[in-house]
Amino acid sequence: MLNLYTRRRIINAVGLSVSVLAMLFGLFWLCWILITLLDHGLPALTPVVFAQMTPPPGSAGGLLNAIAGSLMMTLVGTLIGTPIGILAGTYLAEFGQRGWMAPITRFINDVLLSAPSIVIGLFVYEMYVVRVKHFSGWAGAFALSILVIPIVIRTTENMLRLVPSTLREAAAALGAPQWKVINFVTLRAARAGIITGVLLAVARISGETAPLLFTALNNQFWNSNMGQPMANLPVVIFQFAMSPYEDWQKLAWAGALLITVSVLTLNILARVLFRQSATTH
Amino acid sequence: MDIENVANPKIIIKDLNFYYGNFRALKDINLSIAEKMVTAFIGPSGCGKSTLLRTFNRMYQLYPKQKATGEILLDGANILDSKQDLNMLRAKIGMVFQKPTPFPMSIYDNIAFGVRLYENLSKHDMEARVEWALRKAALWTEVKDKLKQSGTGLSGGQQQRLCIARAIAVKPQVLLLDEPTSALDPISTAHIEKLIDELKEDFTIVIVTHNMQQAARISDYTAYMYLGDLIELGETSSVFTNPKRKETEDYITGRFG
Repeated sequence: MLNLYTRRRIINAVGLSVSVLAMLFGLFWLCWILITLLDHGLPALTPVVFAQMTPPPGSAGGLLNAIAGSLMMTLVGTLIGTPIGILAGTYLAEFGQRGWMAPITRFINDVLLSAPSIVIGLFVYEMYVVRVKHFSGWAGAFALSILVIPIVIRTTENMLRLVPSTLREAAAALGAPQWKVINFVTLRAARAGIITGVLLAVARISGETAPLLFTALNNQFWNSNMGQPMANLPVVIFQFAMSPYEDWQKLAWAGALLITVSVLTLNILARVLFRQSATTH
Repeated sequence: MDIENVANPKIIIKDLNFYYGNFRALKDINLSIAEKMVTAFIGPSGCGKSTLLRTFNRMYQLYPKQKATGEILLDGANILDSKQDLNMLRAKIGMVFQKPTPFPMSIYDNIAFGVRLYENLSKHDMEARVEWALRKAALWTEVKDKLKQSGTGLSGGQQQRLCIARAIAVKPQVLLLDEPTSALDPISTAHIEKLIDELKEDFTIVIVTHNMQQAARISDYTAYMYLGDLIELGETSSVFTNPKRKETEDYITGRFG
């Protein structure tokens, strides 16, 4: 019979090793993905990628139109989705204690949050693309905004709920009406967290392929008109990576690396921002 | 009987009952608060002293399941009346909470926030008001060079004095203090107790405290509460040296609570 202390040390050692192994197993795949990406992507990432349009098979070209299209649609999608998300999240957190509206909204939002993005793509295709009879950048941006809304609603609500109720009481005790309490005190206190949520939403939509496939489609040429079909990185990667042409495959690697790096940067930025806010409060 | 104890009442409470849902947290409270004096509420946790304080500015109205019945007369007008303008009431009755609650804005804006709700002051007048409030709260010399910095960067004791400055900047008549020093170190506590003593020249002060020595040091009147009942109200010196009720004596001598 081992004594209690030895037994605890053995259990601790076993538990710790299993956890470390699990962590290494997870990290292994992640690192493999990143290394493969860097290995194939870095050589392909030449200045030409940022200077020229997507080429026809067999000729030289870059990803400029796809990068520009992705940036534009992500920007418009975020600009549409963020205000709606913040307003709805504020409603849920600050006014959602009474009545039936808030619980139902919250439930539907959770459903939307986990809805497959291809369904959202199809929805916008049916509701918009079919009616105007052509693919367009606007349709792509709308589809992305539908992805942004639930993420921003959720983070805004959560961040506002983290604001201590004593802060609301303190503002109300001065005689401030509720809209001033929310605008000048609670939203301000939750600002960093809400911005973090928006950044995470941007990171999420910048890699989405399915909703754009049905909406913006693709465009071989330079196009800054949101009313026309628009090139974008995810769909170009999808198309080029599946092709038999080596030039296209190289460009797909370059595009994949670009998306990964920008999503990673956004995530790190969001973390840094959130940590700063955590230390100042 | 308790009402007669107080010579010059600012607030008179009649048959006040308070409910958290179905739970009756205050039972037929009758009490008067003397003008420009310090009244302390003492009693064990859960006795209703904070609840009572929070009825004076109707703080409970933020929460749907809380309600008060009876009368609270401020200068003769019933503030529980549904016609009472809540914002104007809170302009007259300021409040400071247990934990310091600086708003996430500059020290200057923390003070100006409340003032802007009621008065449209010129830049110069606002600066004068902010300085006045910070001086009253004995914080001016410590922060006068960093008014543009965030209020959340101050120490706990400074934050609490900032909150007091913010409350008095609105020029209320009554100041409610809900355990204002329980989260502070002894030196900050001493600062704030000294401050309370000075503030009673201008304001009627009601303070909830867990600390009986504090009540004895700073208050003119003391009310002892237990399980939602007001057991005794009297001049602090007589409550602490010669309590009328057995329950009060047991509490202040430490035999209970």
